[in-house]
Amino acid sequence: MPHVLTRALDRSATVFLLVVAAVGILIPLSNLLLPDGSLFQVPTYLVSLFGKYVCYAILALSIDLIWGYCGILSLGHGAFFALGGYAMGMYLMRQIGSRGVYGNPVLPDFMVFLNYPKLPWYWHGFDMFWFAALMVLLVPGLLAFCFGWLAFRSRVTGVYLSIITQAMTYALLLAFFRNDFGFGGNNGLTDFKDILGFNVQADGTRAALFALSCLALIVGFLLCRAVVTSKLGKVLIAIRDAESRTRFLGYRVESYKLFVFTLSACMAGVAGALYVPQVGIINPGEFAPGNSIEAVIWVAVGGRGTLIGAALGAVIVNYAKTVFTSGPLAPYWLFMLGALFILVTLLLPKGIVGTFNAWWEPWKAQRLSANVESAAREDGVSEPKMAE
Amino acid sequence: MLTNVLRNFRALPFAILLIVATALPVLAGPFEDAVGKFANDEFSDTEEAVGAIATSGNPLAYPIISALQDGRLMADPETKKVYVTQTDGKIVDAATGTPVASIPDSAAEVRLNNRLRRTVEAALGGLTLLSPDPAKRIQAAQSVFKTHDEAMLPVIDGALQKETNKGAKLAFSEARAAILLFKADATDAEKLEAIATIKARGDQEALALLTGLSGDQPPAIARAAANATSAIQSNLALWSMVQNAWYGLSLGSVLLLAAIGLAITFGVMGVINMAHGEMVMIGAYVTFVVQEVIRTSYPGLFDYSLLMAVPLAFIVAGAIGILIERTIIRFLYGRPLETLLATWGLSLVLQQAVRTMFGPTNREVGNPSWMSGAFELGQITITYNRLWILCFTMAVFAILLAMLRYTSLGLEMRAVTQNRRMAASMGIATSRVDALTFGLGSGIAGIAGVALSQIDNVSPNLGQSYIIDSFMVVVFGGVGNLWGTLVGAFTLGIANKFLEPVAGAVLGKIAILVLIILFIQKRPRGLFALKGRAVEA
Repeated sequence: MPHVLTRALDRSATVFLLVVAAVGILIPLSNLLLPDGSLFQVPTYLVSLFGKYVCYAILALSIDLIWGYCGILSLGHGAFFALGGYAMGMYLMRQIGSRGVYGNPVLPDFMVFLNYPKLPWYWHGFDMFWFAALMVLLVPGLLAFCFGWLAFRSRVTGVYLSIITQAMTYALLLAFFRNDFGFGGNNGLTDFKDILGFNVQADGTRAALFALSCLALIVGFLLCRAVVTSKLGKVLIAIRDAESRTRFLGYRVESYKLFVFTLSACMAGVAGALYVPQVGIINPGEFAPGNSIEAVIWVAVGGRGTLIGAALGAVIVNYAKTVFTSGPLAPYWLFMLGALFILVTLLLPKGIVGTFNAWWEPWKAQRLSANVESAAREDGVSEPKMAE
Repeated sequence: MLTNVLRNFRALPFAILLIVATALPVLAGPFEDAVGKFANDEFSDTEEAVGAIATSGNPLAYPIISALQDGRLMADPETKKVYVTQTDGKIVDAATGTPVASIPDSAAEVRLNNRLRRTVEAALGGLTLLSPDPAKRIQAAQSVFKTHDEAMLPVIDGALQKETNKGAKLAFSEARAAILLFKADATDAEKLEAIATIKARGDQEALALLTGLSGDQPPAIARAAANATSAIQSNLALWSMVQNAWYGLSLGSVLLLAAIGLAITFGVMGVINMAHGEMVMIGAYVTFVVQEVIRTSYPGLFDYSLLMAVPLAFIVAGAIGILIERTIIRFLYGRPLETLLATWGLSLVLQQAVRTMFGPTNREVGNPSWMSGAFELGQITITYNRLWILCFTMAVFAILLAMLRYTSLGLEMRAVTQNRRMAASMGIATSRVDALTFGLGSGIAGIAGVALSQIDNVSPNLGQSYIIDSFMVVVFGGVGNLWGTLVGAFTLGIANKFLEPVAGAVLGKIAILVLIILFIQKRPRGLFALKGRAVEA
């Protein structure tokens, strides 16, 4: 184990982890211990907002793991995020108990409203936290496993894979919008009261959730680093750069892809599960294909294949989104976002972190540019090149 | 024989009344008395008055009773005079039809209660049965068919006898059959004849009528009714298949129109253009602008607005397409995933730009007269706009196919699709072909927008709703082959419409998406994959 850690932690990774840990400790402490109105006191709404960013960072990390290191561009990762969120939302709904508007001890409000005679079978067990937590990992993981098992074995790659992942999240979007699907339809799940006995609205719970999200980010990052620096990670990069060649060398490409895709989906599920209690709602809108594509651009902005960049990109883009959409510039946000997509792909293909590395660490630049070059070549090779 | 005589006999007073009414248009006496009863302000008197006026055959009857229904009938209890305020605001004396300057203050509106309202409606229905417009007569007969009100039988019989219009005659005889079927004292022979007539009608309403028949019928009639019911049901099932197939073709043509441009760019350049839907949207807005200009400047040319919009939309969308290709996409060749992201960003920008220019709400695009309306084909209704779109799609498809086959640009496009490097070595300017291909694909999307503006809301989100479906069509049909796109579009369209009644619209769509995902596993390159020697193919 220790050698895995030393291998996984190079200097920048250590710095990143220390920063996340510091943020995860200092922000909750300042929120709870300093008096209201103090200059350094972080208000509770900001704690929740930052918590949201951290969850997005975990999602970005999971996308970077498959896109940056294995060349799988999933345009449906929002689906895994939302499924994790729904699993947590179901637990939180069951915790409301008889405090709902209709006061039914078993059925959540929307079921009473829609005349459900009894709890649907798939809602059983979600009153126990351990079960819900298991489902947060299991449901996205299982879906990703089945989906990946089918897709990778039949060698669906490149844009085809991107499009069917998009179709998957679109199908789920349509399904969850249905009232009789049993997940609250259009309105989703909301009005949560408490989590593990603590009030979700309380400052202490919010601070704890934020700290937990940071912890999850740290664990997720370590996990990703451990994967990408291992021998397995080298094979993944080989698949990204020349899939057929790797296959001809005797590696079972589809097994590697399947493993990393499933792992990534589980991470996205955890991100979703942490996201829901902090924003207080989960609805089918989270499945919208646009959300998944937006998450991909976070990774592209931060720098694909850098992990740190993915997390940074998620925070930067979402912070910009908050600033722009809440100010007088709100009508221009979509222009900004659209331009970001175009400019980053055209002018900053390595992302912020990738470009930074290339400038400031010449010894690293050589190694990285080799990577990036091959990354650029990879798409060309793994795509259905009409010309050839 | 006896029944015929009876029927004639029953119709006799009515016929005489009609003759008298046409001979002496203003029949003083009973009619005026009846009108005067409105002034008594008693519901029972009003009911009598309505009955008397409805059967009077006086040409003033219809305006009076419709005025009563709309609360435009005023009665003066002192002078016993009744006035009608016409819909254009003029006031006439109800009994004579002569214009009057004003209504005296003592006059009050003639009141109605719910029971009276039904009487009034029935009376109006009977009056429109005699309307000079055959379409109105047919409509009135249809409503009698639904209500099968026994009181209408004499009116129907009378109308049937002097009816000359074929359609109206059929409608009257069907209405008569419906009444006889439910008439307690009709003979079995009459009822059997009625069932046969209703069976021949064979639509949903005929079925509703037969199933609404009470259970205590004589066995012969019950059997005939059951036979007729099952015959109608199987007939209807067949028609609903035809209906679904038509809807499927219609949806398929829309999908084909939206996807065909995408198929070209994807086929030739291997580029997924996420902004393709926005080109469709731009085409729709071009139509909107053309119609606005025509409305304000040349209203007479409105019927030609679409003919003008088609080339304009092609040019505008095509030019934007070439601009996009030259400024963004050509820098991203060989990186299809990045192209996907950049064009997605572009779609956001274009949507927001249109939202800023034209506002976020739906804009109204009108149907020219030759595209509005519908016609009946057996039991199904075919709207002209859907039919035109189907024809238009096929025309676009044929032109495109011919272009690929017979023009030099088409030849170059096919060459680049098959082998880019080899084509370049043979002296084809591939980057020029790329730009033109992208322009062509975008232009066709613009044309699709013109067609879609006729059946969908023209809003900045128009393209978004088609983009995923278009991808599905292209991926399902296979790349580099327009026939694949054609088959893909119609297969998906028809499958969707056949699943819809079984599973519901949303679930049907989900099922289609799941089926496509599974299909891709089986044939990763679609139905009609381009064969090649590339490792990954």
